[in-house]
Amino acid sequence: MSFLSLSHVTKSFGAAPVVDTVDLAIEQSEFFALLGPSGCGKTTLLRMIAGFETPDSGTISIDGAAMNTVPPHQRPTNMVFQSYAIFPHLNVFDNIAYGLRKLKLPKDALRARIEAMLATVRLEGLGARAADQLSGGQRQRVALARALVREPKVLLLDEPLGALDKRLRETMQVELRAIQRKVGITFLLVTHDQEEALSLSDRVAVMSGGKILQVASPRELYDRPNCREVADFIGEMNFFHATVRELTDATATVNAGLLGIVTLPRANLVPGIKTDDHILLAIRPEQVRIAPNGLAGEIVTSTFLGERSHFHVRIASRSEPVAVSGHAPAQGTVMLAFPPESLIGLPFA
Amino acid sequence: MKNKSLVLYAFAYLAFLYVPVLVLPVFSFNNSQFIAFPLSGFTTRWYAGLSADSAMLHALGNSLKAGIVTALLSTLLGLLAAKAVTQYRLRGAGALLGFISLPLFIPDIVLGISLLLLLGATGFPLSLAAVVLGHMLVCVPFALTVLIARLEGFDRNLEEASADLGESALMTFWRVTFPLMLPGIAASLLLTFITSFDEFLVAYFLSGTEATLPIYIWGQLRFPERLPMVLALGTIILAISVALVVLAEHVRNLGVKKPMVGA
Repeated sequence: MSFLSLSHVTKSFGAAPVVDTVDLAIEQSEFFALLGPSGCGKTTLLRMIAGFETPDSGTISIDGAAMNTVPPHQRPTNMVFQSYAIFPHLNVFDNIAYGLRKLKLPKDALRARIEAMLATVRLEGLGARAADQLSGGQRQRVALARALVREPKVLLLDEPLGALDKRLRETMQVELRAIQRKVGITFLLVTHDQEEALSLSDRVAVMSGGKILQVASPRELYDRPNCREVADFIGEMNFFHATVRELTDATATVNAGLLGIVTLPRANLVPGIKTDDHILLAIRPEQVRIAPNGLAGEIVTSTFLGERSHFHVRIASRSEPVAVSGHAPAQGTVMLAFPPESLIGLPFA
Repeated sequence: MKNKSLVLYAFAYLAFLYVPVLVLPVFSFNNSQFIAFPLSGFTTRWYAGLSADSAMLHALGNSLKAGIVTALLSTLLGLLAAKAVTQYRLRGAGALLGFISLPLFIPDIVLGISLLLLLGATGFPLSLAAVVLGHMLVCVPFALTVLIARLEGFDRNLEEASADLGESALMTFWRVTFPLMLPGIAASLLLTFITSFDEFLVAYFLSGTEATLPIYIWGQLRFPERLPMVLALGTIILAISVALVVLAEHVRNLGVKKPMVGA
């Protein structure tokens, strides 16, 4: 059994399920992200792991121990709240020491432990600082330190960087990753920011409508999404309708309308697709080639991004323009090619 | 020009508010039985006379008792209601608050008469306990208002964070909720105490033979020769009331921000 394991976890508020039969297996010391739009159930899932919500059915276990009947204050988890929830009546030191009361540490040992934690989150010398004299980034660090100092088995982070400005967020992303490597604690991060999820995590679960759509490494999520929703949510994707003509062990031949008959590696198809199935062929903007011969299209918008440009190219008899990323003149007609090895086949649903 | 007339207006306004009140201390130190100008010299004998007045001291004791008990009970009830209203999404919370606050808008004399009739019908004796019950009707809305304002200002995640960090509900209340609410609780205690201490009409109807201080003063007004002593007493009450209200406002506004010593 995995270190943190969720089995058939379901939770409803009223009639509609917010979390719908979720199974999840997270390994020890893994940095795992739950990614999804707001309202997809990811925060509810996190709060069930922390014990603030009770699943209607299903089981949650951590390190082999079932958690269902364990109240929040007895779980081996700690949480970094979205609002940080820094105790306003305590200074930085007392905030971090809050959860250590029951250990009854001697004063020196307590001080040493807090100082070490302050160093880990780079708040050296700020122990006496009052809670209302902290900047947003410092509050975030105090919240992190307060949770980490208890050495939980699982650290839960609820949109921890959402309240920070862009530059601080990028700095904290790097630091968060470094801290996780250093302490070796399992991190479970909830975010709606795909960039954050992809750059921080070992693995990502994409959630929508209370269900988990796909669990994979960031690279795999980007290169091999298993459905249209994941492909849409992570980065940008062009879709073409197609019908499967023939499947062999190594290849798949499909009739892709505008793109003609295309033969692509069988591995590029999501498992389960059969001959005569109606599918979607998907390709990332940067995989579309601007070539001497190909499908002619008119550039309708172009955005210069420095190292490359981003285009929308209208192709005759297709309502949706094709998104292309690369080098081309800012306007006019271009020829687009769609390398078969870059096309992936998703079920049409 | 315009500024000058505004300043004048402001002064006139303040004079209108405070000159009547200042009559009390001025004549309480006046060395004459008669409340009339010109003043005839400075004395503290009216104050000295007070301390020897056993009926007055008894009334003062009654008022303190009623005030303290009213303050504690009203604040406790207010705290529970405030916590319920701010913590849970209660259906009909608005209507509930309205109902609780209604006694504020009922004229005290109506309240006094209805309570008198009710106590008579149920056989509850007229007593200090009856006064406390009557005062609570008026004081709970005050307590509730002060405490809700305080509770609404703080992040509910704080209590969850405490649980997350290993503390039970009881310890969470003690280490987080209570310290954060302390200024609100103190302000509520002071306000409800002063409201009960100064209240006349309800106490007049319900106190029976246990006169509170305002009732004692009312009784003394029949004796012209005791008037200066009443003024002295009034001055003391005034000073203490003002001090308590100022104190209450001060502690109420102690920011959540102000660091306090945790448990």
